[in-house]
Amino acid sequence: MNTIPELIRTVPLQHYLVLSTCLFFIGMIGVLVRRNIIIVFMCIEIMLNAVNLLMVSVSAYRGEASGQIMVLFIMAVAAAEVSVGLAIIVMMYKNLKTTNIDLFNQLKG
Amino acid sequence: MQNLFYILSGLTIFAAIMVIISKHPIRSILFLVFTFFLISAHYVLLNAQFLALVNVVVYAGAIMVLFLFVVMFLNLNQDIERFKSWIPLSAAAISGACLFLVFFSAFRTSVLASHENTGGYQQGLVENLGEVLYRDYLFPMEICSILFLVAMIGVVLLGRKERVEPIKNLVP
Repeated sequence: MNTIPELIRTVPLQHYLVLSTCLFFIGMIGVLVRRNIIIVFMCIEIMLNAVNLLMVSVSAYRGEASGQIMVLFIMAVAAAEVSVGLAIIVMMYKNLKTTNIDLFNQLKG
Repeated sequence: MQNLFYILSGLTIFAAIMVIISKHPIRSILFLVFTFFLISAHYVLLNAQFLALVNVVVYAGAIMVLFLFVVMFLNLNQDIERFKSWIPLSAAAISGACLFLVFFSAFRTSVLASHENTGGYQQGLVENLGEVLYRDYLFPMEICSILFLVAMIGVVLLGRKERVEPIKNLVP
């Protein structure tokens, strides 16, 4: 019943570490490079998913369920964050008629 | 199984890069949906079936539909990245890649301290996760429901049609 799955036997945990680091930095470069605010938002989602993947892999390798519960909470928080953020984006688009974040400098002192 | 992992990893990184590269927002949203499905496949390989299902339902289902709805609602065809100068873009890409290299070289030689499995390999199934969630993490889950209530109220307040006050009433 409690046999080791083939993936955990053959693939070391470091590879998951490297994969989620790759995903996280792809998201970070996207946040830095792109100027469309919706794509910046999507890159933040990629970063959240990279962290989720790392947590699930460590939790599966260690046999600890707490990491997966934490991923569940991250997903809930991400859903709330996306709904509020998209509402803010829609309101900014109504006011400024653009989604370029270089033009969203109204808060600059 | 090993080859499956590497193929899935390559596809995931390819889809995530395509999210950044593609010019049109709709195309990058579709690539993001593809990325989420691939990450769900990783969860299935890691024997975390419940999270794979939740990932498909919440991310690829709810969040991405919200993104698609907003992009189609905003009609973004006319302004696709007009302000483009190469110096800040290349500076951002190069600095991100350098930071990635630092992390990668740190992880490549790292030795994870304690690696033994304590709880068995069936932790990701619904029965185990539900037991842990309702036994140890009951209070954070209730806080989560309050968070959703607050988010819902916030979205309704933000999306409300604002009544424009005349400026002269604000000046005493």
